[in-house]
Amino acid sequence: MSNPILDTFFEETEELLEALAEGLESMQGAEFDKETVNSVFRAVHSIKGGAGAFKLTALVSFAHSFETVMDAVRSGGLDLTPQIMHTLMRSADCLADLVDAARSGRTVPEEVTAGFLTALEACLGEGEIEAVDAWDNFEFAAVTLDLSPLTEIDAPAETAVGPTEMPDQDLVRVGFRINFRPHAVLFSNGHEPALLFTALADLGQITPQIDLSQLADWASFDPEDQRLSWTIDLRTDESELAVQDVFEFVYGLCDLSIAPLLGPMPVETADAAAVQAEVVEITSVLAALPVHSADSSSTPVTAPAPPLTATLAPSPKPKADRGEQTLDAKSPKATLRVDLDRVDRLINAVGELIINQAMIAQRLQDMTATRDDDLVMHIEDYRLLARDIQEGVMAIRAQPVKSLFQRMSRIVREAADSTGKLAELVTVGEGTEVDKTVVERLADPLTHMIRNAVDHGLESREERATAGKPAMGTIRMAASHRSGSVIITVKDDGAGLNRPKILEIAKRKGLIAADAELSDAEIDQLLFMAGFSTASSISNLSGRGVGLDVVRNAVQGLGGRISIATTPGLGTEFTIILPLTLAVMDGMVVTVGGHTLVVPITSIIETIRPLPGDLHRIGTDETLLAIRGRMIPVVDVARSLGFASPDQGSTPLLLLVESETLGECALVVESVQDQRQVVIKSLESNFGKVLGVSAATVLGDGRIALILDPDAIVGGRVTPAFQTPTPLSHAGRTAHANA
Amino acid sequence: MQMLEDTSKSQVEFVTFSAGEQSFSIEITQVREIRRWSPVTALPHCPQEVLGVMNLRGSVIPIYDLAARFGLGKTKENPRNVIVVAMHGGQTVGLLVEAVSEILSVPRDQIQETPDIRSEMARQSITGVIPIESGMTRVIDLGAVLQHSSRSVA
Repeated sequence: MSNPILDTFFEETEELLEALAEGLESMQGAEFDKETVNSVFRAVHSIKGGAGAFKLTALVSFAHSFETVMDAVRSGGLDLTPQIMHTLMRSADCLADLVDAARSGRTVPEEVTAGFLTALEACLGEGEIEAVDAWDNFEFAAVTLDLSPLTEIDAPAETAVGPTEMPDQDLVRVGFRINFRPHAVLFSNGHEPALLFTALADLGQITPQIDLSQLADWASFDPEDQRLSWTIDLRTDESELAVQDVFEFVYGLCDLSIAPLLGPMPVETADAAAVQAEVVEITSVLAALPVHSADSSSTPVTAPAPPLTATLAPSPKPKADRGEQTLDAKSPKATLRVDLDRVDRLINAVGELIINQAMIAQRLQDMTATRDDDLVMHIEDYRLLARDIQEGVMAIRAQPVKSLFQRMSRIVREAADSTGKLAELVTVGEGTEVDKTVVERLADPLTHMIRNAVDHGLESREERATAGKPAMGTIRMAASHRSGSVIITVKDDGAGLNRPKILEIAKRKGLIAADAELSDAEIDQLLFMAGFSTASSISNLSGRGVGLDVVRNAVQGLGGRISIATTPGLGTEFTIILPLTLAVMDGMVVTVGGHTLVVPITSIIETIRPLPGDLHRIGTDETLLAIRGRMIPVVDVARSLGFASPDQGSTPLLLLVESETLGECALVVESVQDQRQVVIKSLESNFGKVLGVSAATVLGDGRIALILDPDAIVGGRVTPAFQTPTPLSHAGRTAHANA
Repeated sequence: MQMLEDTSKSQVEFVTFSAGEQSFSIEITQVREIRRWSPVTALPHCPQEVLGVMNLRGSVIPIYDLAARFGLGKTKENPRNVIVVAMHGGQTVGLLVEAVSEILSVPRDQIQETPDIRSEMARQSITGVIPIESGMTRVIDLGAVLQHSSRSVA
C-alpha cells in the first residue's frame, strides 16, 4: 500500500502545515514582515503542488482557494482584519484535515470544505476571485521561485514583461551577499579578515566592498578598534552552509549576515559567455537593492531589469532549482530522516553499554589488592564517553514541543468557537526539547486539558464582563526544563475551581462519603478521580465521561506527575512534570529489608537520619516524623512491599519524598548504597504490573534491582484514610458548616 | 484421510525435565535456552511460585518455580538446578527445574489426553501425558501456567 514518494509527500506536508500554522500565528501579532506572509503562501502553494502531482483533487482545489486569498494578502490587496485572520486560521485547520483525510484515504464531506471555501471567497469580496478551475491554473513548479526572499523584485519584472510568457523563475540564487563587520575582539583574538576573504574566494567569485563611513577621524584613530565593515558579493554554487563554515571561528566576534543573492539563471548555451556578462551586470544591479525593501515599486534601480531578463527568456529550467530554493528558504540546518527503529536499537545498545561500564567499574573496585591508577583513570574516561554517547543518542530522539503546541492552538480555536467564548493560546518555551515518545503521548492529555480549560476554566463572555476581565480569555501553555525534568503548565485566566461544587458532585456521585470534610488541596485532587466530571450538561467538548483521571493516567504512564493550583477569580494552573527521557533516570540505590531497590531521585526531597525523639507513634503501628515543626507520616517500605522489616532497634534512615496525592512522606530504608543513572527495564513486558514497583533496572553486578514507585507505596498505604478522612482534624469545620 | 494420518504420525519433540520429583515436558519450539541457576531478585506481592526476576542479557525475565506451581513444594537449592528459558506469546520466562532429563521425540498420536483428574490446577495446566520408559511425562501448557500466576498478582 505504501508509495514511498507519497509517503515523502505527506511527511513534507506535515512540515509545511507546521510552517503554515507558525506563519499564521506570527501574522496574528501586530508586527510581521513580508517574509512571514510569503512563508505562509509558500506552504499552501507547495501543498497544492504536491497534492496535484498525486491527483488529490479535493486538496488541490481547497489549497488553490486558500492560495488565492494568501496571494491577495501578499500583494497588499487585502487588509488583515481579525475576521480574515480567523478565516485563514480555520482554513489552515481544514487544510490539515484534508491532508489527514488524503493520507488515510478518506474523503472530507464536501459541505465541510464548502463552508470554508465560502468564507475564503468572502475574504476577497466581490468579483476578485477569478472563477478559475484549479486545474487550469495549475502549473507544477511555476510560482516556486518567486518565493525567494527577494520577491519584491518580481513585481516590476512581471508588469513589464507580462505575467505569463515571462514568469519570474529566471531569477535564481547565484550566490550570497555577506555583510561582515568585525568587532574589536576579532582582531585581538588574532583573526584576519583578509584570510576569511581568501577562503571565500575559494568558494567562488567575490566582489568585496569596504565601508569606511564608520571610520574614526585621524585624531581619535585606534588601530585596535577598527570600525570597518565589508559587503561581499559572492557568486557561488556552494550552499549557505559552506559559506557559514568560512566564518565558523569568528561567530560572535563580528556582525554577520548572509543573504541569498539573486540573479538570472546561468544558461549553458553557446553564447553563455555573452549572457554571463549580462548576468554579472544584473547581479550588481540586484545586489544594489536593499535586501528587505518594504516597497518594491518605489525602488528605481529595478528599471533595467526587465529587458535584461527578457533576453534570457529561453531558460525553462525551474524544476531543477526548486528543491534547492525551498530548502534554502526554509532552514539552513541539514537534517536526516532516520527510521525510529534504528534509533531505538541504538538507544538499547547504549543502555547495555552503560550497564557494562558499571559492571567493569565495579569489578575493578572489588579488586582493591591490585589497584591500578591508570586503569581507574581509563575506566573513568570510559564512563564519561559512555555518558556522552548516551546523551547524544537521546538527543536524537529529542523533539521540540513546538509541533505539539501548535496543534493545541487549533484545539483552543475549535473549543472557543463551539462554546461561544473568545479564547487565545499563548505559548512559551516552544523550543523545549522532549523525548519523541513523550511528545506523541502527551498530545491526547494536553488536548483534553486545553478543552477543559476553555470549556470549564474560562467563564462565559457575560461573566467575564461582570468580573471586569477582557472578553478574550487567555490559555497560557508553557514548557521548560528544570533540574532534569520537563515542566509543562496549562493555565487559564478563568474563575478558578468551584470547590463547593466539586465537593457536592463528588458526594453525589458517591466518590467520597457524604459527611466527608476535605481540605482545599484534597478537593482539588477529586478532579483526578475516575468518573468525575463537573460539566452540568455533557457538552460535546469535554465531559464525555472521561475526565482528568485519564490525563493523570497518561502522565503517570510517562513517569510524570500532574498537579493543580487554583486562585479563585484568577484561574487554574495544571502542572505536568515529566522525566527528560523514558529510558534512563537518576536513582538512589538503597537497601530495604535486605533487598536492593532504586528510588527515583526526582521524587526524593532529602534524606534524614532522625533523632529518636523526632519519631512519634500514632495508633497501633503508625509513626509520624516531626520535621521543622510539621508532622509527616512515615512509611515502612519493607512492610508495604511484604519484605521482612528491618531491625526496629536502630534508628532508621528516612527518605523524604513528595507524593502527588498526600504531600510529603518519609520512607524508611536501611541504608543508601549509591546514587547513579539507571536504565529502565520494563517488568510488564515479560511479567506484569507489580504493586509499588514501577520498573526494574540492571545493577553493576548484573543483578536486577526494582525501581520503587513512591506514589504507589505511599498512596497504597494511605488511600483508605483518604477516602474516609479522619473526622478529627476537620471536626471544628464540620461543626461550623453544619451550624 | 492421508493428511490426518500424517499429522498423527508426525514426530513432536519435547524437552523433559524433573520438578518436584515428577517428570514434565514442554515442546522444544517454546524453549529458548537452558541456563545455570543464578540468584534472582524477589518481587513483592507475588505468589510463592514466582521466585523473582533475573537478568537475561538485558531483559528482565520472571522465574517460576515449577514444583511450587504444581503444589509439589518449593524446589530445594541444588547446584544441579537449571532454568529453562521459554517463550510464550511474546513473553520470555524462566522455569526453575531440578534437572533437564532428555529430548523426547514422539509421534503426535502417542500424546494422551489428560485423564479426568480431580485437581483443577493440574487439569488446566497439563495438556496431556506421554508414556515413557520410567513412567510418564506431563506436557505443560505454558500459557496456563503463566496466566494463573499473573492473575494472582493483579
